[in-house]
Amino acid sequence: MATANTEEEKSKSEQQKNHGGGGGFTRWAVLAVIFRLTLIYFPGNLNLSSRPEVSTPLTSIRRLAEGYWLKQSSMSPYAGSMYHGSPLLLSVLGPLTVKRIEGQPSHILCSLVFVLADLISAILLRATGRKLQMAYRKSLKSLNLLNKSTDSGGLSSGDIAALVYLWNPFTIVACVGLSTSPVENLFNILTLYGAATGIAPLAAFGWVMATHLSLYPAILIIPVILVLGYGPDAPPSKLFRSKENGKVGDDKSSQEIIFSWGRVLHLLVWTSVWSVYVLVLCSISVKQHSSLQEMFQRTYGFILTVEDLSPNIGVLWYFFAEVFDFFRDFFLIVFHSNILFMILPLAIRLKHRPCFLAFVYIAISSMLKSYPSVGDPALYLGLLGLFLDELADMQFCFFLFCGYVGVSVLSPVMHNLWIWRGTGNANFYYATAMAYACFQIVLVVESVSSMLNHDRKLMKLSASKLQK
Amino acid sequence: MWLPLRLTLLFLFLLLSPRALLRSGSAAVVSGEEEEFHEELLLKPLPDRKVLAHFHFHSIAPPSKSNGRHHHLFPKAISQLVQKFRVKEMELSFTQGRWNYERWGGFDPISSNNAKPPGVELWAVFDVPEDQVDAYWKNLTNSLSGLFCASINFLESSTMYSAPKWSFRITPGSLRYGTLPREAVCTENLTPWLKLLPCRDKAGLAALLDRPSIYKGFYHSQRLYLTSNASVPAETVSGISLEQTLTVVLQPNSPSSSSIHSGESNFQPSWSLSSIFGRKISGKCVIAQSSIVYLQLEKSIFSEQKDNMDNGPNSLASEGFAGGSGFEMSLDPDIVIEEENQSQHKGSSVLYGFWVEKYNESQPLDLGLKWKYPVFWSSQQAPLHASRFLMGSGNERGAIAILFKSTNSADSSSGSRHVSDGCELQVDVFQVVPWYIKVYYHSLQIFVDDEAKPIGDFVHKIQVSPSKDKTSPGMMEMLLKLPCDVRSAALTLEFDKGFLHIDEYPPDANQGYDIPSAVISFPRFHSVMHLLSNDSIRKSPLLSRFQEKNRVQSYTEVLLVPLTTPDFSMPYNVITITCTVFALFFGSLLNVLRRRVGEEERYLKAGKKKGWLRVLLSRLLAKFRGKPMEEPDQPSSESAPLIGKKLVLKVILVAVLAVAWQFYST
Repeated sequence: MATANTEEEKSKSEQQKNHGGGGGFTRWAVLAVIFRLTLIYFPGNLNLSSRPEVSTPLTSIRRLAEGYWLKQSSMSPYAGSMYHGSPLLLSVLGPLTVKRIEGQPSHILCSLVFVLADLISAILLRATGRKLQMAYRKSLKSLNLLNKSTDSGGLSSGDIAALVYLWNPFTIVACVGLSTSPVENLFNILTLYGAATGIAPLAAFGWVMATHLSLYPAILIIPVILVLGYGPDAPPSKLFRSKENGKVGDDKSSQEIIFSWGRVLHLLVWTSVWSVYVLVLCSISVKQHSSLQEMFQRTYGFILTVEDLSPNIGVLWYFFAEVFDFFRDFFLIVFHSNILFMILPLAIRLKHRPCFLAFVYIAISSMLKSYPSVGDPALYLGLLGLFLDELADMQFCFFLFCGYVGVSVLSPVMHNLWIWRGTGNANFYYATAMAYACFQIVLVVESVSSMLNHDRKLMKLSASKLQK
Repeated sequence: MWLPLRLTLLFLFLLLSPRALLRSGSAAVVSGEEEEFHEELLLKPLPDRKVLAHFHFHSIAPPSKSNGRHHHLFPKAISQLVQKFRVKEMELSFTQGRWNYERWGGFDPISSNNAKPPGVELWAVFDVPEDQVDAYWKNLTNSLSGLFCASINFLESSTMYSAPKWSFRITPGSLRYGTLPREAVCTENLTPWLKLLPCRDKAGLAALLDRPSIYKGFYHSQRLYLTSNASVPAETVSGISLEQTLTVVLQPNSPSSSSIHSGESNFQPSWSLSSIFGRKISGKCVIAQSSIVYLQLEKSIFSEQKDNMDNGPNSLASEGFAGGSGFEMSLDPDIVIEEENQSQHKGSSVLYGFWVEKYNESQPLDLGLKWKYPVFWSSQQAPLHASRFLMGSGNERGAIAILFKSTNSADSSSGSRHVSDGCELQVDVFQVVPWYIKVYYHSLQIFVDDEAKPIGDFVHKIQVSPSKDKTSPGMMEMLLKLPCDVRSAALTLEFDKGFLHIDEYPPDANQGYDIPSAVISFPRFHSVMHLLSNDSIRKSPLLSRFQEKNRVQSYTEVLLVPLTTPDFSMPYNVITITCTVFALFFGSLLNVLRRRVGEEERYLKAGKKKGWLRVLLSRLLAKFRGKPMEEPDQPSSESAPLIGKKLVLKVILVAVLAVAWQFYST
């Protein structure tokens, strides 16, 4: 963890050195941090940390504190069914949950860690955005299409993505509500940043940590390999090829995109190094009272078998509370494989845009995961900002916006009616979860389709240019 | 023909009879010496105008080789149970109602041993290796369930029982403990219990047990406690001592007193056996070694009497029943036993004993008590009164609070007298929480005299085994050391309410779920009666039980926690709707991915980049169209084997697949 922190710090400082000039962004980022701190110092009656939208069994800070207490009283942190997170997170955040500073809110240290994680995520997101935009421009220039889609002169898409991430109410709620998802998001973004800047060790570290923390980012290995192999997002390779064909006949030039196996191998080596490192750290931290096997059972097993049926914003809890026991295993397999089924078709169709592919994977997994929280949409909505130029003519934007707002208003209301007032029932809350799932589906489908359309448009443009 | 047969029969009989005679004789000797049955009844007026009746039946089967598995008096069902499940010690209680510790006392042996939590409580110590205990426990619960017509078999599931280490009983061992707070107790449980008595309820003290009058009482607890000395050689049958008690608290209704006395509210109601039970004792159970009725009165009654009346009896010991004191007994006691007045400690009492054998059908025992003057007294209290309640609202989370209140703030000196080292009050808390109440043990807070204090100052020892979902309940054992002059202390624990699968809800899910009573015990305080030693006391199992040193123990209230329920009528709807959403996702995303816009379609059709399938198809088409045109004279016999070869290959492939499938599926 220490090395990770120093690396983060280094990258952060680099970023600040490189892009110190972005005054608008800095101002807004500082404002976002101040806003978070204000909310943290708000009288502790916001009760965000026990909202089902914020704290799932995996991300709840109270469960983490319970796990730490069990560990302190010389028991396995996984004894009982309270804690299901990583032992590393426990050893880093655990002491902070207990330590109190006089005159400060009780969880101030944890909150500061989460605010810092959010800030670093935003900075990394901005750097990733810049990298992507540079690559985008470069490829457009090589296709002589740049003048057609020049930027509007305002903030770049990286800045917008970072600000969307920082100012998204979901992110703010997840950060102030003391869920551990800011840390998970940080490692996801770190993976993308490492991949986009071509730093294989960093990407490997981010990927290993993100997978260790929440399992679902495991599928990000495909986009990461593609990014490192092909480089960041570019128009389809067909386009380049047809352009080459148009120019100099059958001559294969150096512009042909080749898959660089060296970097991928580099990545894989580093991945295995980091995995071993993380496993060794885990086994050191759990060896006293439990074992690695128990850790896997209680973290990954808990995620995959949907044991906890407490309500959340996902669709699986109510399903598995109601479904007949006989079919439980079948549906578990079906629902989890729904994520896996889409991996290959998406990878084939979007292999030239690996960062966007990563966004789609993250969105799909945060929609179908067993214990989603508001931290997950925070991440993919932030990433969505990276592709502003490409997704400029996406359909149903306003509809989706209204849908997200409506669901995030209605869902707490329905939860309150059901749990606290006793006047509603579970179906109302479930209905909002279904609506939310549908909006996410529309978002994913529309963004994929508009990205494909964008590529078609580029192709058409280049074809018309060639014909001229 | 008949004669020889008869002769042989006679011969056989002669051959066998001495042995048979010998055996029966020895059995008679053994049983005459050893197997015992005692019946006793203790009556005690309670300060709040109620009467406590405590039946105590004691059967003893000594360890013996001679009579094998057969018993004279001892119930066979119980001895079989003990033999089969290697039970060392066991207590089973069925209780209806709640013992009122504040009014009915919390310090005396009856409240420590016989006040039980509502519903069924069962604990047992087994004489088997630790890894087999659970299996033995499961079998035991099922047999007891059949024996007592109760749903004790629900204790079989591992979510229902726990293994307390040190807070419930001091003696360690393979102890298992389980409660069913919801169990309704009625005559169907009493009848099998009575069947274990040698006279059932046909004769002796048990004949008093008139069902309607028992069950209309305020508190009713039938209990079965057995110990077996397992340290006997394997071939002998271990000795068992079975103690069956029935404790009832009844409200005597005395219409006469209310009509006579104007200030009736001040008067204790006068009662007799026939008025509270509707029956009289018409003699003892003939098999019983002893059959005694005791009447227990607090000594503070006499002292009060002394204060009120100048011409009181010259000494308390000189039999207050005579008439000088405030009450009058309808019968003269056969024996008077006084509690040894060790010190100024209040609550010592007097016992009047009546031999039941002196009474018979024509002259039944009908003990009555009549109050002459209004008297007031209070029962002896445990050092702290414990109560438990829930905090918070809504169905998401809450908190359990256990509140201790000092009962004797006035004479705390008398409480501290028991404590040897420094002025400390030790309290053991044993709490079992079902798994669907997810307790955050790190949120334990302690408030002493309404001030939040650090836990380490008061919690001397704590042991927690957190609950596992659908596997085991959470258990907390805690040793508190409180200062003696504490007025109140409170423990709070936060919890989240769990959400269950639709099948795990009981039929009436909206009624709520019970958290079993917590057991509060005071290890430094012993509920013991120091009776002036007497020959009759040694013979009486009830009194010798009173003289045993037991920890003062009390149970808190059962808590009712409402849990959220899903909609029970929804499974099909939920399955179809959720699957529809998944299908929507899958279908629409796949549709977007494979959709081709007009130009691309043409682009593909232009044949620049054909899929291998398409290529194959076009080639095949060409083959079908072109070949016969190109080579019309070629005989079909040559092309036929070509197709045949492919066909054969395909068939073989399918066959191999089928065989592989068959192989792996079996």
